[in-house]
Amino acid sequence: MRRGARLTLWSVGLLAALAVTALVSAVTGPVDVGYVAVGKVVLSALPMFDYDVPATARTIVMVLRLPRIALAAVVGFALATAGVVMQGFFRNPMADPSIIGVSSGAAVGAVATIAFSVSVPLSFSVGAPIAFSVSVQLALPLFAFCGALLAAFGVYALATENGRTPVATLLLAGVAVQTLLGAVVSLMLLYSGESLRQAVFWLMGHLKNASWGEVLVALPVALLGFVVLQAYAEDLNVLLLGEEDAHTLGVEVERTKRLLLAVASVVTAAAVAMSGVIGFVGLVVPHVMRLLVGPDHRILLPTSALAGATFLVATDTVARSAVGGAELPVGIVTAFLGAPFFLYLLRSREVTAL
Amino acid sequence: MTRNSGAQRGLNRTDPANSAADADVATAVAVEDLTVSLGDATVLDGVDAEIGEGQFVGLVGPNGAGKTTLLRTVGGTLAPDSGRVLVDGEGVHALSSKAASRRVATVPQETTLSFEFDVRDVVAMGRHPYRSRFGGEAGDGRAAVEDAMERTEVAQFADRSITAVSGGERQRVLLARALAQDAPVLLLDEPTASLDINHQVRTLELVRDLVAAGKTVVAAIHDLNLAAHYCDELLLLSGGDVVAAGPPTDVLVEETLREAFDARAVVSRHPVTGSTYVTALPDRPDARAGRVHVIGGGGTVSRFLYLLSAAGYEVSVGVLNEGDSDLETARLLGLDVVTEEPFAPIDGEARAAIEDRIREADATVLADVEVGAGNLPNLEAARAAESVVVVEERPFDERNYAGSEAAATYEELCERGRVTDPEHLLSAVDDVV
Repeated sequence: MRRGARLTLWSVGLLAALAVTALVSAVTGPVDVGYVAVGKVVLSALPMFDYDVPATARTIVMVLRLPRIALAAVVGFALATAGVVMQGFFRNPMADPSIIGVSSGAAVGAVATIAFSVSVPLSFSVGAPIAFSVSVQLALPLFAFCGALLAAFGVYALATENGRTPVATLLLAGVAVQTLLGAVVSLMLLYSGESLRQAVFWLMGHLKNASWGEVLVALPVALLGFVVLQAYAEDLNVLLLGEEDAHTLGVEVERTKRLLLAVASVVTAAAVAMSGVIGFVGLVVPHVMRLLVGPDHRILLPTSALAGATFLVATDTVARSAVGGAELPVGIVTAFLGAPFFLYLLRSREVTAL
Repeated sequence: MTRNSGAQRGLNRTDPANSAADADVATAVAVEDLTVSLGDATVLDGVDAEIGEGQFVGLVGPNGAGKTTLLRTVGGTLAPDSGRVLVDGEGVHALSSKAASRRVATVPQETTLSFEFDVRDVVAMGRHPYRSRFGGEAGDGRAAVEDAMERTEVAQFADRSITAVSGGERQRVLLARALAQDAPVLLLDEPTASLDINHQVRTLELVRDLVAAGKTVVAAIHDLNLAAHYCDELLLLSGGDVVAAGPPTDVLVEETLREAFDARAVVSRHPVTGSTYVTALPDRPDARAGRVHVIGGGGTVSRFLYLLSAAGYEVSVGVLNEGDSDLETARLLGLDVVTEEPFAPIDGEARAAIEDRIREADATVLADVEVGAGNLPNLEAARAAESVVVVEERPFDERNYAGSEAAATYEELCERGRVTDPEHLLSAVDDVV
């Protein structure tokens, strides 16, 4: 089958690219750990291998670099997945995962947690699958996640009348709610005092202090969401014909829209809660992949997800190694790389043709 | 071959035995007391209709009559305020959209696909009702898609992007998509609107073939004459309700059309296809008053008769022999005619009859007609006219077969009246009346 073969080819290629990028990222950093050492550390984490590696190398790779790489991959995967779905859903190549207020809601939750030093005595440990016990401070991601979903649900409720949710209304309600929540965030920043720097840092999007705990929370959400959305890829194709046509072709339009919005929002919220607001991944990656593999969501969705993972691992590597020892928030790097590229696309015929 | 089948259909429709057989046809779509509003406006108001299985029903009516709304409601996309739509005995609006889309396929007027799908991909979307979410498809989808593209002549550009095909091609793609959907009932909204004349005919012939193969088709068609030629039955909508329903000959009646469209129309039979043929007449607010008698024959005055009567004049014409094409036109237009038997010379009675009319007329038009012994009395009768307008395209001696007497009469008429060419006839008549 032609489409199946193309999908397999692209997936294998992108997975290889992700693996190579991850490996390069793992050896990049202030402390020199070679490729061989990284390989040995990774294999040692599996029960059947046991290599003799220096403890420092082991700690650097397993505690500092790999969790961060893994989280970058998961967040990139999630944002690109949600981006594809939102662009298809809104039939607008300018849509991004946060278009219905997810990021703004997450920002309110996160900044409130930081500014008012909310701390919930919540932490958990996971020991079994890997040889390290991990823990994660859950208050901030939890509040960010809830804020994100509340905002998305609010926008949806505002735009829904008589059981129907017109896409145009949804878009406008999203813009209005984002503006409102932006003001709330600004207000909280004014009164955040000592924690201003930390809050701003979060808002810029970062993967610093990533741990396996965050990966283990975000990964299942992203994967499960992806599986559901992939099952609806064909419906998303048909929805591009317009809601009325989609209905005559057997799509339960309102129900499908609700499901797509909900799942895409949860996936986005999971990513944003862990990493803050990282822009352009969900906008540019689906765009580029659409130019490469075409608009069919059955191929576009998985390839974009893998490309998103690769892209964010690469940009985060740049973010943490670009300026000497100081680290840039990855959101700044994605914007620096993504925005000019996006403008280039905008000026080229491919995008204007859409 | 296609023309033959068209002519046969024309015959079938007038055959009473056949229409009696039609009455036994099972109902494919039943519309019961359907009321639909869009916003605050009630677009359909208590519509009842029955569409027989294997029928090609044309939905006609003026702009804003509710044709598209009716199609959208039958297709299940619009929910009615009250009433219901039964397809094959089941309420469309109670079915899941998947179940409904296996029963009814819709060809919309336009599609808003802005992403660059291949034409083949778009046609394959017609198979969506048969696909299960987790892989697999009921029936042979690929074959259905290729077959649909073949029949609609879309196959030759199957690999082009849908954004790179013309409006007419796109409409055929949408038809192909609906065929791939393989539903027994097909709804078409203006299927020929953006097609050239060749593809209009091809598309409707294709629809006829589908109907012959057992599909039931309901199509909103703007062009009454195309509808009359291809449809088994018409449903005339106006003001949110069905004004008339039945075979085209029963529906396309002048009085019904005048009420529905608020326009003057002439209904005839098309000379070539034999189908019911509607010609709309312009409604002039500055309608002229006055009587005009026209002398012609052999097709020389058909256009004048139309022009003069459309302008508002009360027109009489004659003497014309039975079988003359001008006579046919005059009858279509409902004019006062004086006739003579086929190929017979004009006798005294007929001559007296036109002389009466010529005397009463404010103007008499003498067309550029051949004059022979048979119709010489027409020329002579024209001498009784108060004012004469002579239309001259050729010199009289080129078309005079009645000798010098006729030439003298013609000379006299020219001197007394005005000589003009066909283009200025109307203004010349206006001047003398």
